Amino acid sequence: MNIWLALAYLLAAVLFILGLKQLSNPRGARRGNQTAAVGMVIALLATIPQLHFSTAGIVVTLLGLLIGAPVGAISARRVHMTAMPQMVAAFNGVGGGAAALVAISELLQKGMHPAFELAFPSIFSMVVGGISFAGSAIAFGKLQGLITGTPITYAGQQIVNGLIAVAIVGLAVANLAIASQPILFVPLLALALVLGVAFVLPIGGADMPVVISLLNAFTGLSVAASGFVLNNFALIVAGTLVGASGTLLTTLMSQAMGRSLANVLFGAFGQIQAGAGGAAATAEGKSVRSGSPEDVGTMLAYARKVIIVPGYGLAVAQGQHALKELADELEKRGVEVEYAIHPVAGRMPGHMNVLLAEANVPYEQLKEMDEINGEFPSTDVALVVGANDVVNPAALNTPGSPIYGMPILNVDQAKNIVFMKRSMRPGFAGIDNELLYDPKTIMLFGDAKDSLTKLVAAVKTA
Amino acid sequence: MNSELLTEFTYFVLAIFVGIEVISKVPTILHTPLMSGTNAIHGIILVGAIFIAATATSPLQIILGFVAVLLATLNVVGGFVVTDRMLEMFKGRQQPAKPEPK
Repeated sequence: MNIWLALAYLLAAVLFILGLKQLSNPRGARRGNQTAAVGMVIALLATIPQLHFSTAGIVVTLLGLLIGAPVGAISARRVHMTAMPQMVAAFNGVGGGAAALVAISELLQKGMHPAFELAFPSIFSMVVGGISFAGSAIAFGKLQGLITGTPITYAGQQIVNGLIAVAIVGLAVANLAIASQPILFVPLLALALVLGVAFVLPIGGADMPVVISLLNAFTGLSVAASGFVLNNFALIVAGTLVGASGTLLTTLMSQAMGRSLANVLFGAFGQIQAGAGGAAATAEGKSVRSGSPEDVGTMLAYARKVIIVPGYGLAVAQGQHALKELADELEKRGVEVEYAIHPVAGRMPGHMNVLLAEANVPYEQLKEMDEINGEFPSTDVALVVGANDVVNPAALNTPGSPIYGMPILNVDQAKNIVFMKRSMRPGFAGIDNELLYDPKTIMLFGDAKDSLTKLVAAVKTA
Repeated sequence: MNSELLTEFTYFVLAIFVGIEVISKVPTILHTPLMSGTNAIHGIILVGAIFIAATATSPLQIILGFVAVLLATLNVVGGFVVTDRMLEMFKGRQQPAKPEPK
């Protein structure tokens, strides 16, 4: 390797590490992302002059860059804040796909019977990249609403998935030991794609951020393996950094939901049927109290203390500005208003902080779960806007429930509860919430933004 | 195991430890931006994609090279831009928070 290229890669690697370090601290996070981007540009600019491009090579490289860059930038700019998790899933998936393609192309280049140290990382990169690509596509589909967010399960699913994994390992070993013929890659890649799909399907939509994070680590490892294939230091180091930090981040994210990673990945099995049965039973024969915006507006206007619990429904309706207006109106009347932010409110951790910051809600009013849970008993009205699972007491008292063990906001302890929801439909975890039937709960049906606007008017005239 | 492979393997093992060490403490609100940021970093596969595209000879390899460059570019550019957008929000929040000590 050329010495300048090696030094440029070293610099890029250092910038990636510094970028990651800054990204894990709120102060320097944005700078961290930019630091990493600079590292990426350096790695690219150092590589390109070293390559001997064929004419076709120049054309396809330029074409790929010129199409990919604007499409990536524009879709990332245009995407709604609510759709960001699936955007990350999409970008992760294409990265995994690219890693798999690099490995395949390199294997084809080397022809039959490549050396083990080439064949092994190639096959690893192809399989893991393929799983990441297909899995990310399903995660995208679930979050985008193309596929149902509720877990898709069937009897013996674990066994089938296990068999696919065994088949992949068997085929990979056969490939390595007997004959690395390009024709054998086809079934191997196909199986990897099938496993990616099969492994994500049974996981509920609410757990998708954790899955995306895991697949992100997969892509990192796949990229590192491609680095071994191409003998490229930058790919090895950057890919491994992402693989390692991504794995740690995945466990941190499941911890934030009060669950183990294994429970997130395999927890849907069996439990969900029990949960669904129980939910149907509670849904029947229980009555719901629904109120008008005027009722709720009056209640809020004469409350002493209101805690707002925002959730995904608020994000979907883009109601954060209307919510801020309502809070301002209440504060003008001397009502104490706070926001209770569950760590996984919305579709991804930190989602609500980002949305409310956009609406200029003061930082001091945003309270984290542990901080605010003790305040609910002294709260007159808990206003739950488009949230459900994060306030579901089943997480505390129903051991069979899929969300059992997840820490929740203790909204049930408030004197009055208002649920603003579009319908009685269960939340993302697909389970019923007994709190909706509680005698001190009032339902305010409708789009969160519309309802909030009506509430503002009602509070003004109250 | 030749010496180059041994060197690469050393980088690999050391990078695992650095990767774990560097993000040991992350506040919950930064989980998603961090995931998105690491997602952009593995877009380094673009270097590999350009490498195979540059040396492609057969039509199949040219197609593979093109698709790989395209996908990897989406990963890099989209990844960094979407992360920046997420983090933009945090900046706007911290500025008004600082001047009023409360």
